[in-house]
Amino acid sequence: MTTDPAQFAPLAVLIPFLGAALNFIIVHRNRLQRGVTVGAMVLTLILNAFMLANVWNQGPQVVHLGDWAAPYGIVMVVDQLSALMLVVSVVVSLAVLIYAVSEGVASGDDEGPISIFYPTFLLLVAGVSHAFLAGDLFNLYVGFEILLTASYVLLTMGGTAQRIRAGVTYVVVSVISSILFLISLGMIYGATGTVNMADLSVKLADLPQGTQMQLHLMLLIAFGVKAAIFPLSFWLPDSYPTASAPVTAVFAGLLTKVGVYSIIRTETLLFPGTQINDLLMWVALLTMVVGILGALAQIDIKRMLSFTLISHIGYMIFGIALGTQAALAAVVYYIAHHIVIQTSLFLVAGLIERRGGSTNVDRLAGMLKISPLLGVLYVIPALNLGGIPPFSGFLGKVGLLEAGVEAGTWLSYLLVGVSVFVSLLTLMALIRVWNRVFLRNVDDAEYPDPVLRATTAEGRRPRTSRAVAGESGSRFSGRSPVVLLPGTMVGATTALVAVGVALTVFAGPLFDLADNASENLINPDRYVNAVLAPVGPGGVSEEGR
Amino acid sequence: MTVNLTLLVIMGVLFSVGVYLLLERSLTRVLLGIMLLTNGANLLILHTSGAPGIAPLYDAARDPSEYSDPLPQALVLTSIVISLATTAFILSMIWRSWILARRDEIQDDLQDRRVAQQSSYDAEDDDALPQDTSEFNHADARFAPSRHNEEEAAESPGHYRAEKFSEARGRSPHDH
Repeated sequence: MTTDPAQFAPLAVLIPFLGAALNFIIVHRNRLQRGVTVGAMVLTLILNAFMLANVWNQGPQVVHLGDWAAPYGIVMVVDQLSALMLVVSVVVSLAVLIYAVSEGVASGDDEGPISIFYPTFLLLVAGVSHAFLAGDLFNLYVGFEILLTASYVLLTMGGTAQRIRAGVTYVVVSVISSILFLISLGMIYGATGTVNMADLSVKLADLPQGTQMQLHLMLLIAFGVKAAIFPLSFWLPDSYPTASAPVTAVFAGLLTKVGVYSIIRTETLLFPGTQINDLLMWVALLTMVVGILGALAQIDIKRMLSFTLISHIGYMIFGIALGTQAALAAVVYYIAHHIVIQTSLFLVAGLIERRGGSTNVDRLAGMLKISPLLGVLYVIPALNLGGIPPFSGFLGKVGLLEAGVEAGTWLSYLLVGVSVFVSLLTLMALIRVWNRVFLRNVDDAEYPDPVLRATTAEGRRPRTSRAVAGESGSRFSGRSPVVLLPGTMVGATTALVAVGVALTVFAGPLFDLADNASENLINPDRYVNAVLAPVGPGGVSEEGR
Repeated sequence: MTVNLTLLVIMGVLFSVGVYLLLERSLTRVLLGIMLLTNGANLLILHTSGAPGIAPLYDAARDPSEYSDPLPQALVLTSIVISLATTAFILSMIWRSWILARRDEIQDDLQDRRVAQQSSYDAEDDDALPQDTSEFNHADARFAPSRHNEEEAAESPGHYRAEKFSEARGRSPHDH
C-alpha cells in the first residue's frame, strides 16, 4: 500500500457526491443539512490544498482507477493547473455557501421547501472537480453534464416567471453546446479510437491536417459556448443576473472557467500547434471589446458585472492564443484572480440589493453613508478587476502584456493596446456604479425602494426590515422583520475579498506555481508520459513518483 | 472502418429535422429538436464502433477482431441517461412556463429592451455644466432625475413615494 497523495484525487469528487446523497436522506432536517454541506466542503478544501502542496513543483500525478492501464482504463490527472483550480474553486464555493446559508437563515427560510439547494450545490462542486481532474474527454463531458444539470436546478430555483424565462435560454444553449461536444467526441473516437487525452495527444498529430482542423474547431466551439467567448456569449448576461445572488456569484466564478480550462487543455495537450492562434487572437479581441461595451450600457449592477465577466474571458483567451510559457503562466494566475474577484463582486451586488432594495443603479444612492463597510467591500474588488496596481488584476495583466510584447507580432501589439484600453473601460463601468450607488446624495435616487431611505423611530438607519414592514410595495412588507445586513453574509463576502487581496500579497509564490504549471502545459510530453507510464502497485504510475 | 449506410441516412435525417425544430419559438418543438439531435449524436458514436461483431466476452479461442467495440456502446449508454435527465428537466420547465404564463414560447428579455431603448444622453455624465450630486457636498444644487422608463417605474415599488417626493420639490418625475 503506497501513500502517494495523488491517490486521494477521486475523493475530491466523491466527498461532495456523498455529501449530496446524505443531504437527500436528511432532507427534512435543515440544520443538519447545513452542517453536512459545510463539513463536506471543508473536507474537500483540506484535501485539495494537500494535493496542491504535493504537486507544487512536480510533474503531473496520475491515478489509474481500478488499476487499469492508461489508454484503456479511466485516469484522473492532478497537475498544478488542475490542483490550483480545485483549491480556488472550493474556496470560492465555500464562501458562497456560507453566504447562502446565512441568507437563508436571516430570511427565515429555515423551514422552506428549498432544502434542495444544499445537495444541488454539492453536486455542482462535484461536477466542477470532476471536470478539472478528468484525464479523458468523456469524463470531461460527464463532469460538464454534472455541473450543468446542477446549474439548471440552481438557476431556476423557486420557479418564478423571470427565472423560468432565463432558465429556458440557459438550458437550451447549454444542451446544444453539450451536443456539439458529444458529436466532436464521437468524431475524435472515430478518427483515433481513443478518448484518453494523453493518448489523443500522440494520435491526433498523425491525422491529416484537414481532419485535425475540423476536430479542433468543433471542440473549440463546444467549449467556447461554455466559456462565453465572443460570438457565443450572448446567453450569459441574459440568464445569470436573474438567479439569486449566491447562485449568480458561484456561476460567474466557476462555470465559465471550466470552459476556459478545457480550452487550455485543448490548445496545449490535444492540439499543441499554432494552427489557429491568430483566430483565437481575434476572438479574444472581440470578446474584450464587445463585452465591455455591453457593460457600459447597463443600468443594472448584476448585468453590468455579467458583461465584464465576458470581457475578461477575452484576456484569458489572449494568453492562450499567445501560447508561450510566460503567457500561460499569466493566464493561470489570471484565472485564479478572476474567479475570486468576480465572485466577490457578485456577492457584494447581492448585499447591495439586500440593503438598497434594488440592483438598478438609478434606484440606488448614498450607500456609502448607509454602510461604509459595503463601500470598502465594493471598491477593493472593483479596483482589482479594473487592474489598478498593486492588486492582483494588475499583476495578471502585466504578465499578459509582457508576454504579448515578447511575442512581437503586429497582432499581439494590437491586442496589448486593446487590453489596456479595455481595462480602462472596465474601470469606467465599475466607477460609474461607484459614483451613482455610493457617492450620490441619497435623495437623488430615482424611484428608490422604501428600504433605502427608511429610518427607525429614533431617526437612525434601520438594522432590520422592521421599519419598512408596513410600507406597501417593499419586498420586505408583510413579512416578519429580517436583519438587512447579517453579519455572516458580510463576513463571507469580506473573507472572499480578503482572499482576493491575499492573491496580491502572495503573488510571488503564486506566480512560481503558475510558472511550474505552464512549464508542464508547454511540454505535453510530461503529461503524456505520466499517464501512459506502466502502472505500479496501488494504481499510481511509476513515472509520477 | 465500415459504416452502415442506413444508420448514416437516419442520422442525417435526425440532425436536419432536429436543427429545424430547434429554430422554432415554441418550447415543445425546441425540446423535440434537442431530443432528435441527441439521438443523432448517439447514432454517430455508435457508428464509430465499426462493423457489428459478437459480444465482447473474453474467449481465448477467438480472434479479437470478431468482437464488437464495446466502448462506444458504453459512451452511448451514458449519453442516453444524461439526455433523459435533461429532457425531463426541460419538460418540467415547459410545464412551469405554461402554468405561469399560459405560453409555450420563448420569452424576450425585458431588461434587454430597456437598455436598448434608453437615451444615449445622460444628464449626470454628459451635462455641459456638471451637476454635483455628491453625498459629501452639501451645496444646494439639486439634481433632477434624468433617466427613468415607464415600464420600470410602473412595476417599481418606490414609484409612489418618489412621485410625492418630487412633487414636494415642485416638479413632476415625468417632466424632463
